[in-house]
Amino acid sequence: MNTLAAIAVALTALRVNALRSFLAILGVIFGVMAVIITVSLAQGASRAVQEQIASLGSNTLNIQSGSNDRGGRRGGAGSAIPFSSDDVDAIRENLDVIVAASGTIQSSVTAVADGVNWPSTILGIHPDYIEVRDWSVAEGRVFSVAEVSRSSRVAILGRTVVDELFPSDGVLGALVRLNGQPFEVIGILTERGQSSFGQDQDDIIIAPISTVRTRVAGYSRAGVRDPVQRIWVEIAPGEDMNYATEELEQFLRVRRGIDPGEQDDFQVRNFAEFITAFRATETVMGLLLAVAGLITLMVGGIGIMNVMLVSVTERTREIGLRLAVGARRRDIRNQFLVESVALCSVGGLIGLALGVSMALLLENLAPTLGVTRLTVSVDPSIALVAIGASTMVGVLFGFYPAHRASRLDPIIALRYE
Amino acid sequence: MSAPLIQARALTRTYHPGGGDVHALDGVDAVINTGEYVAVMGPSGSGKSTFMNMVGALDRPSAGELVIAGEALSAKSPDQLADFRNRQIGFVFQQFNLLPRTTALDNVALPLLYRGLSLNRRREKAAECLRMVGLDERMNHHPSQLSGGQQQRVAIARALAGEPAILLADEPTGALDSQTTIEVLDILDQLTARGITIVLVTHEKEVGARAERRILFRDGRIVEENP
Repeated sequence: MNTLAAIAVALTALRVNALRSFLAILGVIFGVMAVIITVSLAQGASRAVQEQIASLGSNTLNIQSGSNDRGGRRGGAGSAIPFSSDDVDAIRENLDVIVAASGTIQSSVTAVADGVNWPSTILGIHPDYIEVRDWSVAEGRVFSVAEVSRSSRVAILGRTVVDELFPSDGVLGALVRLNGQPFEVIGILTERGQSSFGQDQDDIIIAPISTVRTRVAGYSRAGVRDPVQRIWVEIAPGEDMNYATEELEQFLRVRRGIDPGEQDDFQVRNFAEFITAFRATETVMGLLLAVAGLITLMVGGIGIMNVMLVSVTERTREIGLRLAVGARRRDIRNQFLVESVALCSVGGLIGLALGVSMALLLENLAPTLGVTRLTVSVDPSIALVAIGASTMVGVLFGFYPAHRASRLDPIIALRYE
Repeated sequence: MSAPLIQARALTRTYHPGGGDVHALDGVDAVINTGEYVAVMGPSGSGKSTFMNMVGALDRPSAGELVIAGEALSAKSPDQLADFRNRQIGFVFQQFNLLPRTTALDNVALPLLYRGLSLNRRREKAAECLRMVGLDERMNHHPSQLSGGQQQRVAIARALAGEPAILLADEPTGALDSQTTIEVLDILDQLTARGITIVLVTHEKEVGARAERRILFRDGRIVEENP
């Protein structure tokens, strides 16, 4: 018997028992649906993580002065001599691997405009910071290097701050008081939404670092002119991150007079570890979801096996007859195997359609349910996953019933009541 | 027409239910020639059905030898036996054993499925066989739409579809009333006139009387020829 004939025989048998066939594949339908939804969710989460990583800047390093352990008593992070704006300029000018560098000073701030106040965070930066972090302004402009030198009182507001302070239009050129100091609003930052930790990244004000240092945060350290809290740098495209890190460390050791063998009093960090941790979480989550989907699919498979066993028992006489008229054992086995695979494939296709619909529905419903960061990614290759998985279930769980059918004794089978 | 088609030598089939030996067949010697119409008779448990299963290659002998159409069945693999059944044997059963919810035409075409013929060729041949048993008007009826006699005629057509050397009929009239019994037996008469070898298993004397030759089984042995 050829394959086509076997499929025709199987489909006829399935059509003859349409209701039972449908009930049998319900499990597979839900299984495939579950797999598709979970895979789509996992892929969506993965894509969100990728975007998050991209937003952190994969070619970004940040430098902080570390603990001061000279003289026996250790001072904890930041207790060593802070970096200064001069250090930032030196890095920018002397290191070829660095294309942009900015010091930062961060402080909490109370912003007031038209008698409305809003507590927020102010970040003092050099214009390079915008490039390092890959930020941009949606409206207005970024302040210039000259404005940093002049300690101009100009500010760029995040969207949340704009919404809180200026419910109506007319933000650009408006006056905002930051800790009592008047600033001119010259730009609005492009919206970035929530961070993966649920922090509102648009609740921020940025201003020249020099202005923030003296007028807003009052950040000073004895013996250091123009101190900064952190330095952010961007590595030249194509440069190796580890090499750049070493170069930077070496440069800073020399600059800070740290002898070989002595411990650094600063730390250069990149996001590599952070990204690794992120990816690990993502992998575990993906695995969990996949296992959940597979279990559902297996339960569906057991349903198929059950129905196939019933079908074999019910058709014992038919099997006996087929053997009597010349079917070989493998013809019988293949007939039931094809039936089981056909059942599962139909279930797989229905599950695929339902799963994709559900995934898209979930994505659209999520905001109304209060879930704001649910991303769903429906990849076309999911169709292959669905059909592959359901066919495999068909073979796996159809084999035993089919094998049993093929081992029947024709004499007994023919007399079976 | 007198060449031996079926030759059984010391054919024995032993079962071992619960340890003891039961001889369903106990050294049967028989020869059936091409074109013969033979009734195998005997009470239930006499071994006649076991004999039929042996000839139909559904069962293997415990001892002895069976040669059909010049081929020793004991030398064949299970797949070869399936092929042998497909080409040499046509079965007719007491309970018809037609596939439900399947047309008469497709029921008759079933043996040809395992011969790898195309659907068209199978249906062509099946239609021809249905014509032979006078059911060409009912090709597309399902078994449930046919009377018992008609169902058995479909089953006979199915047995003929593969153009077998031997038609094996196991109590073919056992489930029929006297009127349809006659119909079915008339068809068997027509077939024997066409030269098909028929082995008919029955315990009814009137049915056996229609055959040219009778073999009587008792306790696994042939006890009488032409009783």
